[in-house]
Amino acid sequence: MAEPSETGGLSFHPMDQFIVKPLFGDAGGAVGMLTITNATFWMALAAVCVVLLFVMGTRSRAMIPSRSQSIAELAYGFVYKMVEDVTGKDGVKYFPYIFTLFLFILFSNMLALIPMSFSPTSHIAVTAVMGFGVFFAVTIIGFVKNGASFLSLFWVSSAPLILRPILAVIEVISYFVRPVSHSVRLAGAITAGHAVMKVFAGFAAVTLVAPFTIGAMVAIYALELLVAGIQAYVFAILTCVYLKDALHPHH
Amino acid sequence: MADVVTETASACVNELGHAVGMPQLCGDWFLNQIFWLLVTLAVIYLVLTKVALPRIGAVLAERSGTISNDLAAAEDLNRQAAEAETAYNQALAEARAEAQRISGETRAAIKADLDAAIAKADEEIAAKTAESEAQIAEIQANAATSVAQVARDIAADIVTAVGGTPDQAAIDAAVDTRVKGN
Repeated sequence: MAEPSETGGLSFHPMDQFIVKPLFGDAGGAVGMLTITNATFWMALAAVCVVLLFVMGTRSRAMIPSRSQSIAELAYGFVYKMVEDVTGKDGVKYFPYIFTLFLFILFSNMLALIPMSFSPTSHIAVTAVMGFGVFFAVTIIGFVKNGASFLSLFWVSSAPLILRPILAVIEVISYFVRPVSHSVRLAGAITAGHAVMKVFAGFAAVTLVAPFTIGAMVAIYALELLVAGIQAYVFAILTCVYLKDALHPHH
Repeated sequence: MADVVTETASACVNELGHAVGMPQLCGDWFLNQIFWLLVTLAVIYLVLTKVALPRIGAVLAERSGTISNDLAAAEDLNRQAAEAETAYNQALAEARAEAQRISGETRAAIKADLDAAIAKADEEIAAKTAESEAQIAEIQANAATSVAQVARDIAADIVTAVGGTPDQAAIDAAVDTRVKGN
């Protein structure tokens, strides 16, 4: 929020929305590992939304689905088909993990668009846990399923022999950059969008540019709605792609 | 937000409660977020695997099962309808053949009766004709006999009238010759 600062001008604090603070007690209190914070609250809300949609919404188990059951079934079918298409039949058993990540990111992103809310997925601590979690899981699955032949992922057998060592170096680097890009992409997209909205909201205090600013806010909000969905989708599909590499490392 | 915060618990927030730098990079908050993230993911995962996914999977399987069952039932009914039509056509053809057979038999029976009646009538007619012919022959014979008798009598009378003595044998021979001659 922008507010007249002590010196009289406008001051923007676009990053204040990302501050983690205890939900109960003193706002400036210490944040320990188990402290219930605004991050806890909004993550829990995402979990509650999942329960509402996927447990309450499908309660009737109707042959002809209600609206909420229809949405749940659509989400299920969408992600299930994506996992099956990208990773193949043997990747389907990892579907619940990918669906969990997808739903958490989707609901966190969507809930973060509520004014005054907190966006857990804008934090690198959150996205990095997921990104590196996927990275380690996929690497372990790759070695367990394929043994040492998993390393053939880095040996591009379709390339000319001379290029293969060079390509192997590039492949290894890109493999280790994956978790970083995977997590920074999500956190960056959400952070940037929310910061931009805050900056525009700050400008709305200036009467002269307020109409333009508010129009831009609406447009950016629509864009952010799109980004919220797309980022969840991108995170899930990249997880599927990495999983496919682990299950079928041979080019 | 600008109210007085006597002490800041974190290096990431200044004394006015505003963020210092990027809150995302504040190490003081990492553990808290990671802990609650893992709790949230575990809760979502458990809810999905224990309740939601089996339920949705069952509903989807049941639905596709129902749809394929209904399609199979529709196909079966279609086949039954075709069978019924075939049976109907066959029954119709049989009934037609039966009707033809019955009418043929009836016609044959009538014809036989008719033939018998005609034969009987012919027979009767033949009998009557024979009888009539016999009668006619008798009548003719009688007539011939009568003519001969009359001729004999007359001849005898004429002979007597002319004064002769009728020779009965000569008269009979002469009359018989003449009667036969006609």
